[in-house]
Amino acid sequence: MTAGAIYALIALGYTLVYGVLRLINFAHSEIFMIGIFASLFAIDGLGIDVTDSPKTGLTLALTLGAVMVVAMLTSGFLAVAIERIAYRPLRRRGAPRLAALITAIGVSLFLQELFAARYGREFLGFPRVLEKRKLFTFQGADVRSDKVLVIVAAVVLALALERFVARSRLGRGIRATAQDAETAALMGVNIDRVVMLTFFLGGVLAGAAGTLYGVFFESARYDIGFLPGIKAFTAAVLGGIGNIRGALLGGILLGLLEKWGATVLGGEWTDVFAFTVLVVVLMFRPTGLLGESLGRSRA
Amino acid sequence: MLLELSDVRVHYGKVEALRGISLTVDEGEIVTLIGGNGAGKSTTLKTISGLRPVTSGTIHFEGRSVVDTPAHKLVERGLSHAPEGRGIFPGMTVVENLEMGAYARKGGRSMVTAELDRVYGLFPRLLERRSQPGGTLSGGEQQMLAIGRALMAGPKLLLLDEPSMGLAPMLVAQIFDIITEINRQGTTILLVEQNAAQALRRAHRAYVLETGRIVRSDTAAALLDDESVKAAYLGGDISPDDPEASGTPG
Repeated sequence: MTAGAIYALIALGYTLVYGVLRLINFAHSEIFMIGIFASLFAIDGLGIDVTDSPKTGLTLALTLGAVMVVAMLTSGFLAVAIERIAYRPLRRRGAPRLAALITAIGVSLFLQELFAARYGREFLGFPRVLEKRKLFTFQGADVRSDKVLVIVAAVVLALALERFVARSRLGRGIRATAQDAETAALMGVNIDRVVMLTFFLGGVLAGAAGTLYGVFFESARYDIGFLPGIKAFTAAVLGGIGNIRGALLGGILLGLLEKWGATVLGGEWTDVFAFTVLVVVLMFRPTGLLGESLGRSRA
Repeated sequence: MLLELSDVRVHYGKVEALRGISLTVDEGEIVTLIGGNGAGKSTTLKTISGLRPVTSGTIHFEGRSVVDTPAHKLVERGLSHAPEGRGIFPGMTVVENLEMGAYARKGGRSMVTAELDRVYGLFPRLLERRSQPGGTLSGGEQQMLAIGRALMAGPKLLLLDEPSMGLAPMLVAQIFDIITEINRQGTTILLVEQNAAQALRRAHRAYVLETGRIVRSDTAAALLDDESVKAAYLGGDISPDDPEASGTPG
């Protein structure tokens, strides 16, 4: 469930960009990875040390808030930069979608290796920020304070995005562009700005996911984004790619299913189980569970 | 002169779609472009509204060059385009679609409400359907929505691309009545049509397009009586239910 909430946040970035550009932004997992690194550096920057005791109450809220803002902005602007440098020139020249896809994979590998070269290939540990206190036991499972916090934060952010796209003027511009970009331009929507905004929003959420992942799992490495990224992509497809609520549902569902699979089959089967579920769902519902595009969803 | 195109050329890849189009539209007019499939009618409109890049030639709107102005800027200047195939946002309700038409406008809620009232006045049907998703409307209703949405921008010049396409004859007449009414209320109209008979009856002036070139231009009445135009575009029969006009399903 904790992992699922994080998948959902990352999945929103895949879904937003896909909805508007029909592009699977494979570099999104690295935008998330850099969100984790940014969180680590922000925690260091606040002078928090491994010997410090975990934060509680207001201090925790302020610390987490500050760290998250740093990670969100870093990832958000990084996503925008990737779009400007790597994808926009291709769009301008009317390059086929496959070219953009290969570029995305290239950007992903570039960023991974950049971070490997700069920060090494070993895990970097996080100081403990979140207290891992048992709150109560529910049906034999421990409900821990850090888990609750991660899930609540992720769901609040995801719902905030959903409301933004559904209600705001810019959100309406995003939906119009997803449904029919040319007509949206005729209505006065600046398509380039909408594309930039979707990358920014996706990046911001991936940054927030990076903070939550970082303080929960307490480690960072150049390739740490890969598996959560692929899982989040799976979650987006599972829910129906291009669909905001689908990404949320897919993320949470995938998190729960893989946990359940791990319990029944054993931990080493987690990933096998998760991807088997994906294949089975797609066999029966090729467009995913909610199966609508970003544009069509009334969300 | 509200709009002036001078020797406009447009390419799709290596294919020259417009081979030097020159035309003018004066304030208050209905001007129509008629011609067969692939003559370049839609391309002309898309080029005017900034969706297609110009290879050479000039386009002036209210005396200012708009050749390099992106589409989303032209709406603000008073040029509104109801595109071919209507371009309804299927997942948005009728109201949301209409409000998209006013996306570029400054003037707040009261302006949007006033424009909505005007559009509902022209198309009472849209008021009935206002909370229905655009994708569930019939072809005729979608066409009303496309025109209504274009009006929401408060245009000086309205570009209409095949408003009669795929509609039953009764509806075609109704749509053209409303187009005439919109013009009477003060909006200049550049109309692209395959239903040449109806278009020529409603327009003041007309241009005939063939393979990217303008081959005739005259008053609409003169072209309506012209034998060669009759033979080529009116099928010798000027009934409103032009069989050629039925296009995509609805």
